[in-house]
Amino acid sequence: MKIELRDPNIIMKLSRLGSFHQSKLSFLRSFLKEFKDWDYKKDLFQLNEFGYGTAVYSFKKDKRVYSLICYANELNENERSDRVIATKWDAAFTLHDGVPTKKDIERLKNEVPKQEVGRLSYKELTLSRANKSVRLFNHVVENLSKGLQPDINLLSKVGYLYRTTAVYGSGKFGLADRFRIKNREEIYGPFRLEMMLVYLVRQFTFDQVNHVAKNMNPKKAVKLDPEICKSLGIGNSTGLGMAPFIVNHPTLLNNWIYARETALKKIREIKHVKTEDSNLFKLCLKKSLKNITSWNTDSEYQLNKIQSLLNDLNHFITFLEKNFDFSKEFAFNEIYYWLEKNAGDECTEYIVSIMMEPYDDIINPLINGMSSEEEKYFNIPTNRTVAELKNILEDKYPKIIDIDFSKKENNKNFWFISKNKEEPRLADRFKENGSELEQPLAIARDIKKLYEKLYVSKNSSTIDKFLANNSDLRHVVRRAFIIEKFPYSEIQDNTIGESIMPIDMLRLKLSFFGALKFDPRSDKWLRICMFQGAPLPEQLKDYDDHWVYNSLN
Amino acid sequence: MKSLSEIETVSKRSSKAAGFSWGVAEEVGKNIRMLEMFGLSGIKNLNYYFRIRDKKKFEKLNIISKENVTNKLDFCPIVSGLSFLDQVRSLESLNEIKFKRIAYPLLFLPFISRASEIIGKRLQLELDNKVFLLNYNISIFSNSLNDGIIESGKDVLIKFIDNKDSFEENEWRELYKLSENTFVEENDSLKQGGAGAGLTDND
Repeated sequence: MKIELRDPNIIMKLSRLGSFHQSKLSFLRSFLKEFKDWDYKKDLFQLNEFGYGTAVYSFKKDKRVYSLICYANELNENERSDRVIATKWDAAFTLHDGVPTKKDIERLKNEVPKQEVGRLSYKELTLSRANKSVRLFNHVVENLSKGLQPDINLLSKVGYLYRTTAVYGSGKFGLADRFRIKNREEIYGPFRLEMMLVYLVRQFTFDQVNHVAKNMNPKKAVKLDPEICKSLGIGNSTGLGMAPFIVNHPTLLNNWIYARETALKKIREIKHVKTEDSNLFKLCLKKSLKNITSWNTDSEYQLNKIQSLLNDLNHFITFLEKNFDFSKEFAFNEIYYWLEKNAGDECTEYIVSIMMEPYDDIINPLINGMSSEEEKYFNIPTNRTVAELKNILEDKYPKIIDIDFSKKENNKNFWFISKNKEEPRLADRFKENGSELEQPLAIARDIKKLYEKLYVSKNSSTIDKFLANNSDLRHVVRRAFIIEKFPYSEIQDNTIGESIMPIDMLRLKLSFFGALKFDPRSDKWLRICMFQGAPLPEQLKDYDDHWVYNSLN
Repeated sequence: MKSLSEIETVSKRSSKAAGFSWGVAEEVGKNIRMLEMFGLSGIKNLNYYFRIRDKKKFEKLNIISKENVTNKLDFCPIVSGLSFLDQVRSLESLNEIKFKRIAYPLLFLPFISRASEIIGKRLQLELDNKVFLLNYNISIFSNSLNDGIIESGKDVLIKFIDNKDSFEENEWRELYKLSENTFVEENDSLKQGGAGAGLTDND
């Protein structure tokens, strides 16, 4: 049986993209898989009794070494902020290419803690900072110093000792450009080095908390139980900075979604599902429920989504146990049809992710295709005709070209870059100043403008002639020729409409990162947890690939 | 040192701020990144061009012809370059194209380099006494790499270089003959058993 890839006009709606969950394709999972055979080492740990100082961790294989350099600093309570406007953090980190010399560590000591106003070099690959979850960190230190393990219930409510507020890479603030390292096989998957940084930061948080407890009470202190460490991840606060990324990298977005869609298609095409595979699917499904019941959020929006996910999952599990026989042909296809008919987006995408668990043979080859050489698709094929471009728009953006942008509600917001933090923001164009400096992120509106211009242009005219008179539409002409080749490259929604939920854009990206427990704090920023349940570095050589579903939480 | 990613972003944003559309600004960002990667003064020239752009007017050359002459104003290097890039497929048959007075011609150069990749031919850009050989947007050879700011190109000539060998046939034959010394002379036994297939190709 041949199954078609799912329709981009449905899948690329923001509400659907905002329902995606982590899967075997997620970057933090593929990072662990790639680096499991590397030698992990704590190279330096020079912290004072309060946990302030420098530490270095590394992954090494053959002649290649990646080193995380950590700088932990004292921070006054009134200086601690997760907002992007903060200028000081509990700890700052950089991933260095190779083994850092003393000179490197000294040089970076003056730059890394400054983050956006510091300068890095081509020898540094990623940059980040993080703040303690003070209540939890202090609780853990206090208990460990008394020889006790911390309260697991309290830990599970938060899920991490530190949360990062930004992870930078690819040439930001002088970091190495991607072209310098892109041919390294171990980082073919997207965001590998960002994932490595976060993973090693997680280990630093455990070592730091043990160190402080030990110094507080050297005779009585115990170490944090490794099983508890495993159940903790690294938190992350993410705001709008992430949203434009998926608009500005259309072929990369396509390759992520295309990998997911191809995986689903191939799984639905399996004629006979082996018993061991259906059992693994069912096991992961049942175990995963713990991740939902321990999903804490104050967001009414997310609480409703979680409740509806739980209801749908219970309904689905009943169906699976009472009315479903995995020995029938194309069982996963039948499950998919059931989901389409009976479950919401959140549950459908949740099950799609779990369907991938038994199928390394399908998933692994897709992972390396999730990067993109975007430069290759930058040039506009100006020898094509107006008629061809018009056909592309009608074929690829059918719902977009139906939107009436003269209506206020469809044209309500504008994206801009704030002058003080150089970060993307969203505002109401009818209430705020600055819409004349709008960023080119209103793709739907500009595609509609392009369509209207093409409609009154001569069909046989070539694009070079069209562009000579319509330079303002050049950015969307480029995108239209990209979507012709990359069907999942475009969000099929209005990113400036009144009803836009920007966190859907964040969640899409974070789900591919492998984040769990999305916790929206408004419609514009959210908190998540990464690597919760993941093996510790010493356990990497022989770890359970389905760890996501085995978390204590 | 600034990364190429920073160079591209700042060039793109400043181009938009200087009055170009976002789509054109994206092109300029890529171009300046390329110039700087090849060791040419992209940022310097862009900065100086934008400095005077407020005070001085420039001619927008939207349609390229064999001879492009401006009487009063210098050509804008960005609009001229973009037009060349977009129209290069139809310009190829002209073999040579002349321009009089292009402002800050180093900003024009990356468009020509990218055009070389599009048509799969080397292009030679002669800029007064400077020559740039643009090799399919992979490399740029020049007799003048570190000139910094070039305010104007009075006479600019673009030559389309035909794809042909840079050597004589007898030179090729001589080298080929030498390369044959790495081959093994086949006897009957090797002819029978050395290849996977039989003695005829179509069996």
